[in-house]
Amino acid sequence: MRVDGIPASPGYAEGPLFDLDQPPAAYQGKTNATEERAALEGAIGKAVGRLAALIETADGDAAGILEFHIAMLEDDALSGPAIAAIGSGQPADAAWRAALDSEIAGYEASDQDYFRARAADLRDIRDQVLRALSEDSEAAAPPGAILCGQDIAPTRFLETDWSTGGGIALERGSTASHVAMLARSRGVPMVVGLGATARPVTGDALLDAERGGIVFSPSPAEIEAFRQSAAAFADRQGAAKPFLTEPAVTKAGTAVRVQVNIAYPSDVDGIDIATCDGVGLMRTEFLFGKTLPDEETQYRAYRKVLEWAGDKPVTIRTVDAGGDKPSPGFTVEETNPFLGLRGIRLSLKRRDIFRVQIRALLRAAIHGNLKVMFPMIATSDEYSQAAALFAEEQAALAAQGVARKLPPLGIMVEVPSVALAPEAFADVAFFSIGSNDLTQYVMAAARDNAAVAHLNTVRHPAVLRLIAAVAAFGRDKGIPVSLCGDAGGDPAAIPALLEAGLRDLSVAPAQLAMAKAAIADVPV
Amino acid sequence: MSASAEATVLITHAVGLHARPSVKFTKLAKTFAAEVEVAVAANGPWLDAKSIVKVMAAKAPKGTLLHIRAKGDGAAQAVKALVDLVQRDFDEDADHARSA
Repeated sequence: MRVDGIPASPGYAEGPLFDLDQPPAAYQGKTNATEERAALEGAIGKAVGRLAALIETADGDAAGILEFHIAMLEDDALSGPAIAAIGSGQPADAAWRAALDSEIAGYEASDQDYFRARAADLRDIRDQVLRALSEDSEAAAPPGAILCGQDIAPTRFLETDWSTGGGIALERGSTASHVAMLARSRGVPMVVGLGATARPVTGDALLDAERGGIVFSPSPAEIEAFRQSAAAFADRQGAAKPFLTEPAVTKAGTAVRVQVNIAYPSDVDGIDIATCDGVGLMRTEFLFGKTLPDEETQYRAYRKVLEWAGDKPVTIRTVDAGGDKPSPGFTVEETNPFLGLRGIRLSLKRRDIFRVQIRALLRAAIHGNLKVMFPMIATSDEYSQAAALFAEEQAALAAQGVARKLPPLGIMVEVPSVALAPEAFADVAFFSIGSNDLTQYVMAAARDNAAVAHLNTVRHPAVLRLIAAVAAFGRDKGIPVSLCGDAGGDPAAIPALLEAGLRDLSVAPAQLAMAKAAIADVPV
Repeated sequence: MSASAEATVLITHAVGLHARPSVKFTKLAKTFAAEVEVAVAANGPWLDAKSIVKVMAAKAPKGTLLHIRAKGDGAAQAVKALVDLVQRDFDEDADHARSA
């Protein structure tokens, strides 16, 4: 059973599953007071060690709070009453809880707001030690395991021994999390966004953090294919390294632009702008999480990426919520969400929300080389409506004297209607082929359904013919055409894409070197 | 005979002897060999100035007259250094100016 997700740190891992969501183990009592005392002191030391590690990444105010927690934990006066209670026969967890609860009660009784608020710090301190106490009774992940669950704490990552392999597979998670950054820097394969699918919690699994997916209870054939991919990945990684810093050129000397896809503004922190030709796709769904983002939050996020890219283009896609990317308060529940209100369809329905994003984009545009594209366009009317909203907001900002700039407006080519009849879009500024969705709609094979995954290939002649037609239309009309789907970074698909006439690909940052290396092998 | 010293100082920091100031106060107290104690009233109770748990538990808000006393090596220096720290508002304003 394969479940697809988003690659957060590239690589392959094969091993036993380790369930991150097992309920926390209860504290196992020790046989005598000496051991109980040692357990408590050990747990306090563990909690202090964790806080000290967190201080490394915290800013001023947060670091101040952590420092206060450490000072409290290191003070013998805090553990004194608990140690005394252990001496008279209490287990470590009960003794610690009673001692801290009495301390907490003292703060809660204060007539000063400030000191009353410190009760929360004391509760935090109490719980950190209780957690450390019970973890001693918890099974550690076996070497080489694939840690699988809803999310993972940074401390869990740091405590795990990755020297013998292993990886991380998360239902939620984010490519921008601290753990994702740690995983990339340490080369630990990691996939996020698997969704809350019913899945096994034990047994073996294959983690493919190159394309983004995990196979549970794999068959011998799946294992064989996986090992080949993993070995090929290692070989290619080694061979591709020298290509990263060079412009991409085919064997015949044809220049190919290679841009990057990003999902979070912080993704650019790990990319040297000199290694790519800009951002071919900046997703904006990250902004639409539990709450809807305000204009300022969006403006800052877009501006950060634009300033990072300098003169190079940054193509930002307006929010593509819906489909497999629900957003509370925005998307609607549908029985067939991939064919429902998603992308531009939803934005045009919820114009109040769309206008906020448009204003943020217009204001950010003055900080770099911005291009904006609309997802899921099916008819030229949708493009006209969206472009008109940009013109309206542009005029409104101008009337208020707000600095802004109207960026070139393009469309995603992912609905087959556009690829089949591109002549309706002769006035758009650019096309960007979304090969993932184009493939699923042409092949009628859902991206998130493993049972039809074999149908979901960009290399089917029907899909390639549509891509070639769009590339030819663009050349004919002088409209730039790029491709920003996963196929752009897939060395196996790159020859076919270049043969179809594409000269502009956008890939995941981790695939830059390998994509350029694959391009160098193509004889077009 | 060991040295001893005693002084009082008014807490002028906005929220009193709270979390961050307590960390600074007890860290500074620990740099002295002398036994150092604080109290929020002249007649005690006297609390170990090197224990943040005890110092925080005093819950001394702004406007508290803090009593500090020390006994042993460097007692006078300890009291003077701690009084200075309180008078400088625990260097908190400087910290805030830096992060602002």
